[in-house]
Parts: sequence; structure tokens; C-alpha cells
Amino acid sequence: MAELRASSPCAGLLPLVRGGVTLDEVSPGVITALAPFRGGEAALSSALQAAYGLGFPAAGQALEAGETACIWSGRAQAFLIGPAPDAGLAARAVLTDQSDAWAVVELSGPGAEDVLARLVPLDLRPAAFPPGWAARSLLQHMTVTLWRSGSGAFRIMAFRSMARTLAHEIGTAMALVAARRDAG
Amino acid sequence: MRIEGAGRDLDRSQRLKFRFDGKAFAGFPGDTLASALMGAGVDVVGRSFKYHRPRGVMTAGSEEPNALVTLREGAQADPNVRATMVELHEGLSARSQNRWPTLEMDYLSVNDLFAPFLGAGFYYKTFMWPRAFWEKVYEPFIRRAAGLGALSGQSCTDRYEQAYAFCDVLVIGGGPAGLMAARAAAEAGADVILVDENARPGGRLRAEVEEVGGVQGHLWADGMAADLAGMENVRVMTRTTVTGAYDQGTYGALERVAQHVADPGGRPLECFWRIVARRAVLCAGALERHVAFRDNDRPGVMMAGALRACVTRWGVVPGKAVAVFGNNDNAHRTARDLAAAGLHVAALIDSRHDAENLAGDVPFYPGFQVARATGRKGLEGITLRAPDGAETNLHVQALGVSGGWNPSVHLACHMNGRPEWSEDIAAFVPRSGMVPGLEAAGAARGVFDTAGCLKDGADAGRAAAEACGFAGRDMALPEAEDAPYRLRRLWAVAGKGRAWLDFQNDVTVKDVRLAAQENYRSVEHMKRYTTQGMAPDQGKNSNVAALAILADATGRDIPGTGTTTFRPPYTPVAIAAMGSGGQGAGFAPQRFTTSHAASEERGAPMIEAGLWYRPSYFPRPGEMTWRDSCDREVRTVRDCVGVCDVSTLGKIDLQGPDVGAFLDFVYTNTFSTLTPGRVRYGLMLREDGHVMDDGTTARLSDNQWVMTTTTAAAGQVMRHLDWVHQALVPHLDLRFVSVTEQWAQFAVAGPRSRELLNGLLDDPIDDASFPFMQCGPVSVMGVPGRLFRISFSGEHAYEIALPARYGDALFRELVARAEGMGGCAYGMEALNVMRIEKGHITHAEIHGRTTAFDCGFARMVSPKKDCVGKVMAARPGMVADSREQLVGLRPVKAGTELTAGAHLFEPDAEAVRKNAQGYVTSVGYSPMLETYLALGFLRNGRARHGQKVMLIDHLRKRDVLCEVTDVVAYDPDGGRLRG
Amino acid sequence: MRIPCPICGPRDRREFYYQGHAVMLERPAAEAGEAAWDGYLHLRENPAGQTQDLWYHEAGCGAWLKVTRDTVTHDVLRAELVEAGHAD
Repeated sequence: MAELRASSPCAGLLPLVRGGVTLDEVSPGVITALAPFRGGEAALSSALQAAYGLGFPAAGQALEAGETACIWSGRAQAFLIGPAPDAGLAARAVLTDQSDAWAVVELSGPGAEDVLARLVPLDLRPAAFPPGWAARSLLQHMTVTLWRSGSGAFRIMAFRSMARTLAHEIGTAMALVAARRDAG
Repeated sequence: MRIEGAGRDLDRSQRLKFRFDGKAFAGFPGDTLASALMGAGVDVVGRSFKYHRPRGVMTAGSEEPNALVTLREGAQADPNVRATMVELHEGLSARSQNRWPTLEMDYLSVNDLFAPFLGAGFYYKTFMWPRAFWEKVYEPFIRRAAGLGALSGQSCTDRYEQAYAFCDVLVIGGGPAGLMAARAAAEAGADVILVDENARPGGRLRAEVEEVGGVQGHLWADGMAADLAGMENVRVMTRTTVTGAYDQGTYGALERVAQHVADPGGRPLECFWRIVARRAVLCAGALERHVAFRDNDRPGVMMAGALRACVTRWGVVPGKAVAVFGNNDNAHRTARDLAAAGLHVAALIDSRHDAENLAGDVPFYPGFQVARATGRKGLEGITLRAPDGAETNLHVQALGVSGGWNPSVHLACHMNGRPEWSEDIAAFVPRSGMVPGLEAAGAARGVFDTAGCLKDGADAGRAAAEACGFAGRDMALPEAEDAPYRLRRLWAVAGKGRAWLDFQNDVTVKDVRLAAQENYRSVEHMKRYTTQGMAPDQGKNSNVAALAILADATGRDIPGTGTTTFRPPYTPVAIAAMGSGGQGAGFAPQRFTTSHAASEERGAPMIEAGLWYRPSYFPRPGEMTWRDSCDREVRTVRDCVGVCDVSTLGKIDLQGPDVGAFLDFVYTNTFSTLTPGRVRYGLMLREDGHVMDDGTTARLSDNQWVMTTTTAAAGQVMRHLDWVHQALVPHLDLRFVSVTEQWAQFAVAGPRSRELLNGLLDDPIDDASFPFMQCGPVSVMGVPGRLFRISFSGEHAYEIALPARYGDALFRELVARAEGMGGCAYGMEALNVMRIEKGHITHAEIHGRTTAFDCGFARMVSPKKDCVGKVMAARPGMVADSREQLVGLRPVKAGTELTAGAHLFEPDAEAVRKNAQGYVTSVGYSPMLETYLALGFLRNGRARHGQKVMLIDHLRKRDVLCEVTDVVAYDPDGGRLRG
Repeated sequence: MRIPCPICGPRDRREFYYQGHAVMLERPAAEAGEAAWDGYLHLRENPAGQTQDLWYHEAGCGAWLKVTRDTVTHDVLRAELVEAGHAD
């Protein structure tokens, strides 16, 4: 029997490069939404600590350890990104597979903040949003989860179905920022 | 005309060509459009709003009321741009406005002759009657005559953008106070944004001849600006005007990014900023005010400060012979600077008898006034009135006027605060805290000497930083001019004729007096009666003088008369800037299913369902209309098998011990009794008893459930579930998360659906393992997925879900296999027809005003438990037989078309509202029954099956006699579903 | 306008969905009678001054908030989690 071919959310849309800023798709691996049972955050945190060396993130936190990330993604919820969830987690949290639900992109390069300043109503100054910080907010009209993945780099998760709009909106802002840079 | 050797802003080594009203001119780099026109000897640059009087440049800044022009041509035309703010560039093209046919020869200037009839309240008085004349005669006339520039009517082709910025301290205005405020805040360690309206900060220092810290003021400003720009924690935004102060420290600002160059080169023309600041310092400076005297609007009559700015910055002046008229010391500077530039200063007229001449060797007239200006298209002379009343004429081509200075309090007043009157400077100043977190400094709060501004700015900047938690430091203040500002108020010179207050709206002293006389004594009433201070101008030049005239006419003092409301924006903001990014598809995100590409390859036209794009139908060669395709797709599903992408339906994963109890509370029917592996249809109400949404919920395992919502209501249902859980039943232990995007889900429907699926499933199913309303895990070509035996079409059908990455491949595989069996892909049209045949409701029926009772689902409201909406749904009026109830309709004469939105009447009743019996919500042509079918709501409809009603569509001019039927038209016993 | 979300910090108004007065939190018992339900669903004060209303941080953490603000000054005085109002 033939195989079902998998397609990525941003296939054919990325990468985009404009004036030193790059937008590219990230293959995140497995994405699992973790929602601790009532009062179970501490237990979940220790289970995560044991399995991956990182805890359950506080609101607005992005924890990364090696290939594993645990990104706060809303009220009593975080995304475990990278490996398949450890068997020990299921007893402490509700797990939901979200691996196919998100278009995950990375925006990087000098001017990445300027690009996002045109799209996201968040204070992303390095002091206000340093590495290790995450937020849920809007990117134009889309709800996104984003975190700083490096000094000049951000990862952004948007609905898979909106990948085309995501690439278009960020690409437009990248072009405007690049044109300003070119003009000096 | 140009003055040789003058003009510190100019680069005289180059010339820039530009066009104004089609004529070619030249100017220099550093010019504004206004200064270049003045340099080229163009006196008249616009016509006034009402009387179409010729007008010249009056100011040197964004407060300009006269020199409004349209930049560029065609779709790029930008109306009502202030020529004083336009930086000249090669190839610039501008047109004058509000004249017909030309600036020189304007037929509507006939209005000026009728001025005695066109005073305050003219429109209200004249156009009252006859009533029929309003739409046909008066309004077209007013629209032709009034208004400023016009939009092109074409779609905007320029780029604009919006952006957000955040800082500790926002400094508004980069004059001496603003530069010091920014420096003081930045040195304390605060993140600072300094915003200045002009290309280079400096404010009045750019135009004044004075020293700061031992160097020329404008060079000191350049040095400060460069220092600030070099600091890590400072962002200097030039060509940017803060246009509004909003709640919680949010400020709007318009940056003119590429208005000053011929080719934006991919840059936006303008950017609208939303700046969030913990503290703000308003250093917006002050605006000079006019003195009203007869025909003070003649081209060549300018503000005194603007006149000396023209000479100092651009080396231009309206004519060689000039005079200056003022009531304060500051006006003397104009006479001094103009004389120093080699111009013939014919007179320095100061209305104060006891004034000293501070201008040096110029003819000085203390105690004199200017009674009149003459010269229609350019100033020719002025009439001087001596203290004894004797009048003499003086030939001049330019007159600088200063009635004093008004602090720019506007932003401080944007949150409805009222400024306070300062007797010392005869002007309004901001009160502290009118906008939380904002304090004014320098001229914006009435400190008019440079040394005072420097100190005031430094203090305010430091205080702002300290309020943010930074430790302020002492700053050395540069040495600067500290001459006192002395004035004696003079608002209007007595005499006959019209003396202008508001140039942009053509309001004169007489108009204000007339308003007072007709009892429009409140300043807000006077404003509306006369149009004083309306429109883009917002009374920047004239409000205080008009208020003073009103106070005088009503026998009150100025503070007792009050001020009008200051509203954002401070200067006009193009909608294109505020709405940038929202043009066309930017209005909303587009959502595409995983089968989108495959559907497009098959030529399927897309229809929008919320934000989603779904295939309407899949045309085949030989099919002429959508109906051909739709009919074929319906028959194929009913006879064989069809495949349809249903991934757009909302899917919510619920887990936890209390999911059953939670579902019992949000659905009308009971879900806690559902056994694992089974699916149940549910109905959700709003708390007011009307239906919110419907859908199926499957219990995948003991602990895990998945709810489906309609495509349209997915967001609303998620919000509702969050509300119910957080606010109403927080004791229930469960978690839920949207999984809509995780799964690609396809309906496989038709008598051969199982056969099709069994070709793909790693473990085939049969009726025993998968009866109707069963669900369970499956493996599809090695990929784990979920299978639901549910049916919207009424056929033996399934929905199969795989992780979205396989959606494209699975859709292609399913359709290819279906086609191999004689089946097909089907779109929204066929889906809709089949659900109408089966009487299934959608949001056409659950449109927000219908109840479970109306839809025939009264039995689904469980009597054994509470649920959201239950109490209100049980109100007597919500369950009465007289309510409109869901019914099926079909035309008595088969083949007659039915239309949705039509209303229902008794066959012999007159089709008027009081006889209305109901309405039609959905229609479709059933190829199986070979007739149109409709669903609709009919008064007491369930008791009327078999009766006739008349369907009347006033909009499409149709009336069709219909029979009322059960909602289920096809396979009423459901045998096909279970078979 | 900015709302201080207890979870996310101060955020732009556009991230929030506005629901209405916080009286919606006091859902009457099923048998409370028509007057109680009518008041709950339909009757609202329109104060000039302090009021409490419900906002949903839809494009943020997903929390429902009870926001205390002043309709005259536009001050946003505080925002609390709706969920925290119930003892667990």
C-alpha cells in the first residue's frame, strides 16, 4: 500500500529573506499541550524536571533545555515541544497532541524586533521581553504564541490554517522595515 | 521673494524643480513648499472655505490654516496637506484647493460679495424652507461651495504602516524644553522616546537669532539631538507628530516617513504609531495668535514669528517693504531680524502706549494699531491708526502680526480636562494631571524665555524619570536668553468691515458677536453656530481670540466663558495610515483547509465560511452551471459515495473526571450517560434561552471527549465554555483545549462509504463494530486516526480524522478511490442540499432568535437537570404554540424556484407585515425529489403540515404557493442512515 | 486602553473581548423566580463613576476577568480573575 505523504504548514511559503531578517519554518517535533490537573502544577513540574530537566513554566515563561522546550501558552497551559511526552506526565496533566495544529516559524536577524513592532501590540524591548519570555498575543488579527529564542530571534506559533496569512503579514512588515533600512 | 544671503536651512548649491497648479517653479534643498512658493513670488496659495477669498501663507508650522494643498496626482493624491510642513523635493507636484476653476479666477469668490447674507447661522436660517429644496438645491450647492480638498475616489496605491512602541518617558516636542527633558530623563537611565514634528529638532531655536550655551541656538539643538540619538536608551523620532493622548498612557503619533522624497523606494509614506509610555512630558511649545482687524486675512499678512522664520530659515518674504504689528515684546524680534536681513522695515507698530523699541533702528509707533489691510491678491498697504484716531496709509507688502502666544495645550486636554486661564500671559495653560502621567514643560505651559524653557524641560524630564523609579541627576543648564515676555492683551481692533478670527472656516469678529446676540452664549453653541475652530484647524490660531470676543460680547471674563473641547487628532491623520494593513485580504486572516490545493486543482470555486475558504462544488467537463455540478454531486453521494472536507468544524478536546457533568450543564440534553465509543448530538443554549450552537460530542474514552461545533460558532463556543467553567462551575475538574487545527477531517458519505474506507483502513470495519453513532481509533495506511459514524447527509456515512499533516494526501487518496468506484468529491452546495433534504439545521435556522422549541427540539431539553438557558427557555412566551416553528416547504407546482429570506402568508391574505406568518431560512433544489425544498419558520407550523401557505419575496418579486411539510423530506424513516 | 491582566500583565485592549457588567457572575438559582432572572439578564446600571465589567482575554491567556474601572476618568483600577472569586 502507498504511504500517506506528510506536508508542513508553511510548505511553499518560506523562507523569506528581506534586508538581513529571515523568516523560516521550524520543524518543532512533537507539540503536546500540557494542562496540569487541579493543584497539580508542582507534581507536573517535578515530572518534567525528571524527564527533561525543565519545569512547568510560570505565566510568560519559555523554558528550554537542549532539544526540549516548554512554553507557557495560556491559563494553566503550556506546550511541551520536541520529544513525545514522557509516560510519567499523563498521570499529572491532561495531554493533548497539537503537533499538527501549529505553523511554527522563526523570525531572526537585526531588525526582527522592528518587524514585530509593526504586527504585535507587545512590549518586546530586550529588557521587557528577554530570552526566556513567552507571550500569547495578536499578530495583526491572528492569535499567536511567541517567545524570544535568541537575542535577535523570535519563534511564533499561529494556527496551521493561517500559515499563508502569517507569512504574508510578516513578509510585508519585513519589506517595509528593510526599505527603511536601505534608505538609511 | 528671496533675500540674498539669508536662509540658514537652505543649500543654495542645488536647485529643485517642482510644479504648483501645473506651473514649473524651482526652490532649494531645505525649502518647504510654502517657502519655495513665497520665494518664487506666489502670494496666493489657496482660497478660503466659505467666501473663497484669496489666501497666502500665514504660519511656518503645522497650525497653518490657509496654505492647504493637494500633493501628487491620481490615486496618489493627498488632500489638505499643509504646505508649511511639506519638505521640497525634486519633481514635487502640488495643487491648490477650494477654487473653481483656478486659483487666480475663482467664480465662487462671488460668495464674498454676498458676505452680508452669509454670516453666522446663515445655513440654518436660509436653508430652512421650502423643505423640498433641501436635497435638490441647497445641499448640492453647499457641497460644491464648501469643503476643503477632495479625495481621488481611487483605491490607495501608496504604502502606509502602523507600529507599536514602548518607553518609560515620552517627550513630545524637541524644542529647547523637549531636548532638555529627553536628556534629563535619559541620563537618569529611562528609556526615552523624543518625538518632533519637524525634520530636525530645535523648535523655535531653528528660527530665532539667539545663542544657547555660547553657540547659535539651532546649532546647539543639532548637537543635543545628535547626542541623544547616540544614546542606547533614546529613540529620536523626527517628522512625527503626536496626534492624540489616550487612556493608560497610550499616545497616537503620525510619522511622515517618506513624504519628503520623490521616490519612497518601498518605504511607507506614513506610519501611525501607538506609543505606550509610563510618563510623558509635553513640550509642544506655543502658537502665535493673530489680532483681528479689517481684512487681516490678506495674503502677505502673517504671524510675526512665522515672518521672521521665513527670513531666517529660508530667506523668503512676501515683499521688500514690511511692517510689524504686535502687543508684546516678542513681536519686536521680527522687526529686528528683518532689518538685520536688509529688508525695509517701514514700521514697528506696538499697541502698547508705553512700549519700548527693542528692535533698533526702525520707525516705531507705540500706541498705534493697524486698522485695515488692503490689496486683494497680495498685501499692498495697511492703515495705521494713531492713539488720537487719525489714520494714515503705509505701503507694505508684508505684515507680521503678533497678538501674543498660546501654549499648545491640546494634548493635555484630550481626556476632557479643561486648561486654566493665566492672567499673566493672557492664555490657557495645562493643569497638572489632566492626562494621567503627562506634565507640560516650557512654552507649552507658558514659560516663554529660552533659559526658562531649558530649566523647565530638564526639571520635567528628571521628574518623569524619577516617577518611573530612576534616580535623577543634576544637569548643567546652558546659558540662554531670559528676556521677559511682556504683553498687554489686544484681541480685535475696533472698526467697520470684517476682521478675521478663524481663517480656515471663515469666521469673523462679527460672526461671534452675532452668535452672542442671538443667544448662542455658550462657547460650545457659538462654535457650532459659527463653525469657529472646527475641522482640521481645531482653532489652533483663533480659539482664544474668539473666546475673548465672546466673553466681551456676553459681559463675562474669559475663564467664566470656558473653552471648547479639544479632540484628537492634533493634526489630521490619513485613514490610510490608521487602517494600514487592513486593505483587501488584510482585513482578516484567511484560513485554508489541508485539501485547499487539491480542491483548487479540481477547479472548485471557493466560498467563504467565516474566515475559512471551502469548495463550493467540483465542476466537471460538460457541466454548464453550478447546479449541474451540485445535482450530480448529490446524486452521486446518495447513489454511491462522496468525500467532503469538514475540518472547519470546531473541535474541542475535553478531559478530566467532571467532563460529563460539565457537558450536562452546557448542553440541553444529557451527556454524562454517554458510553465510551459513542457519539451524541447536542444542543447548546445561550443563557437567554435561545439556541447558541449544535453539534456532536464523542466520548473517546472514559476520560476523553471531543466536542464538535459549527464552523461559524467555533470561537464563540470556546469563549462560552471558558466562561461557564471559570465563572459558573469552577468546582468541576476538567481541562479543554481546541484541537480544530490538529485534525484534518473528511466526511465519507453514501451507500458505498464503508467499502471505500475499508480500502484504506488497516483493520476493516463492519456494521457490528461500527454502528451508527459509534466512534473509535483507527489506523489509516499506517497512520493513527479517529473514525466517527455520523451523518449530516442522511446517508450511511463516516467522518475520518487524521493529523493535519496527512490531510492533503488523505483527501487525494479518498477522492481518487471514490472516483474509481463512481463516487466524487462534493462541496458546500451539495452538502447544503442534502442537509435541507434531511431537515438538518444550520446557523441559517439557529440565527440567534430561535429556541429549541422552535426548532422542534423541545424534548432535547432534559427535565432532570439544570443547564445554561434552561430557565429562560421555559418562559411561557418561549414555548407558545403561536411561535414560529420549523417546517419544511415545497412548491405546489413542482419545479418552481423558492428563495430564502421570503416571507410566508395565508394564501389569500394581503402581503403586509401584520399578516406575516413566518419566513424562509434555507432553500435548495433536491435532485432526488425533483423539486425545490425549503426550511422556514411558520407560526404554529408543526400543526399545519399539509396546509398551503403563500411564499412572497418582495425583493425578488416572487410569490409561490407552497405546501407545509415535515422538516425531513428525504428518507423520513432514516433507513439509509443506519443501513 | 490597557487592561492589567493578572496573568499576562498590562495588555492592549484589542486582545480582549468585552462581555458586559459583572452582575453576570451572580447567576440566580433555577427557582429564583422571574424577577431575579430578568434582573440578571436584562437590567443594568449605567453609572457615571466606578463600574465592574467582564472581559475575556481571548487573544491572550484565555482568562475571564472582572475589571473595575471608572467611566468618567477612564481609570482602570484593577482586574481580577473571575475564577479566583470562587473558593476551590
